[in-house]
Amino acid sequence: MSDRQPPLPSTQPEPGTPEAADAPFDELLSPLHELHVEAGALFTDFAGWQMPVRYSSDLAEHHAVRTAAGLFDLSHMGEILVVGPEAAEALDYALAGKLSAIAEGQAKYSLLLARDGGILDDLVVYRTGDDRYLVVANASNRALVAKELRDRCSIFDCLVEDESDDIALIALQGPIAEEILRNVEGFDVPGLDGLRYYRAIPSDFRGHNVLVARTGYTGEDGFEFYLGPVAAAELWVALLETGGGSGLIPAGLAARDTLRLEAGMPLYGHELNTETFPEQAGLGKVVALSKEGDFVGRAAIEEGPAGDARVLVGLIAEGKRAGRAGYSIVLPDSAHVIGTVTSGALSPTLGVPVALAYVDPDFAEVGTVLHLDVRGTRVPASVVSLPFYSRRAV
Amino acid sequence: MTEPAADLHYTADHEWIAVNGDVATVGITAYAAEKLGDVVYVDLPKVGSTISASTVVGEIESTKSVGELFAPVAGEVVEINQAVIDQPDLVNADPFGDAWMIKVRFSELPTLLTAAEYAALTD
Repeated sequence: MSDRQPPLPSTQPEPGTPEAADAPFDELLSPLHELHVEAGALFTDFAGWQMPVRYSSDLAEHHAVRTAAGLFDLSHMGEILVVGPEAAEALDYALAGKLSAIAEGQAKYSLLLARDGGILDDLVVYRTGDDRYLVVANASNRALVAKELRDRCSIFDCLVEDESDDIALIALQGPIAEEILRNVEGFDVPGLDGLRYYRAIPSDFRGHNVLVARTGYTGEDGFEFYLGPVAAAELWVALLETGGGSGLIPAGLAARDTLRLEAGMPLYGHELNTETFPEQAGLGKVVALSKEGDFVGRAAIEEGPAGDARVLVGLIAEGKRAGRAGYSIVLPDSAHVIGTVTSGALSPTLGVPVALAYVDPDFAEVGTVLHLDVRGTRVPASVVSLPFYSRRAV
Repeated sequence: MTEPAADLHYTADHEWIAVNGDVATVGITAYAAEKLGDVVYVDLPKVGSTISASTVVGEIESTKSVGELFAPVAGEVVEINQAVIDQPDLVNADPFGDAWMIKVRFSELPTLLTAAEYAALTD
């Protein structure tokens, strides 16, 4: 038996770092690493980090998040601060969205675009003060995002600081996440009652500063906690102690990937890359073309992708075999390839194979029947609307 | 994780082989099952088919990846385990027992790894 593909997207050392040039480089470890080892986690390399891929079972961890709660260590993610009197204007220029329009305590999903309109990274941006923003980048793009933000913000009165090494990130996700959070001893989250989705509030956990955000990447209600490495270990233990009796378990990157896939959320390097325009990925609305002034990528976005550029669709296939990243999509009556799968799995929640794929726009309509080439076998699959799973509908 | 059983033979492709007369029972090791994660789909060759050594004769899919089952010996498939097709999570629950995959009647057994040699490989 042999693995045909790695358990998670393989990742590269960050470009431009000495490690990238002078392999081998040291694996980066989360501040929670020892806790994961004690918990029996299996690790995977992710953007140079050794991160838990699973603790016990991908499926059990996935189901825990859908039915109770799961706890994720996301300390590999990049946290970049943009601070100064012109921080808002700087980000309006540097990113695709209108970050000046969000109020303190709000978060916004955004994109870092290249001049040619391609996507360099997808980000969550928190406004943590009138003149302060926290930009959260994918681990694999952290160095690039920090460099681009520094370059793009240099003409504005603000500073860009890559704080990733000093900020850990824990996500508590699932229907009982709020209940668990309320019961953690010594965790004071002011205004938790009114904390809506994509809002964040500075909080205190046993004397440590924590930014508590109602955000996530699973399709469930939940929270993300940005805090120092020492406090993170204490919070991790406290959350598991508080929620363990109610079904909270630690969850790895494998479950995170199937959860986000069911929720129809794109993953950088799969659905998003430098060759893809936001509009193709269904993210046209993330680009604030109505905002005043120029922003990086504006001219290319206004011109738009070619009319025949492929677009992202959801597919549900027959049977139990999943279409995987890289598999071709063909027309039922011919060998003509009209698309490629970018992510796919047998959906643990729905029990059917789901996939995200880019297809020619002529075949993107919901209900269109296409064929997945699953290692030489044709499997019928229908275009469906995204997301595959929505917690309100279930 | 379950240790490789001493009375079985192994391949570097993470199959185990139990020999009884001229019939080899084949499965995948606990190490392979753990690397794959939760197995959700198993595809096996047809009973009666002739298989060649070191060729792909089946597929084992987990939520995250696809594994291939290689034939460790050449011969005729005399039995397949329908239970593991119906209930793929047996591969994780009991890889060396209930999750056996195929039985192959062979005429010649190739050189296989001992439990100790296999264990050294996966250290």
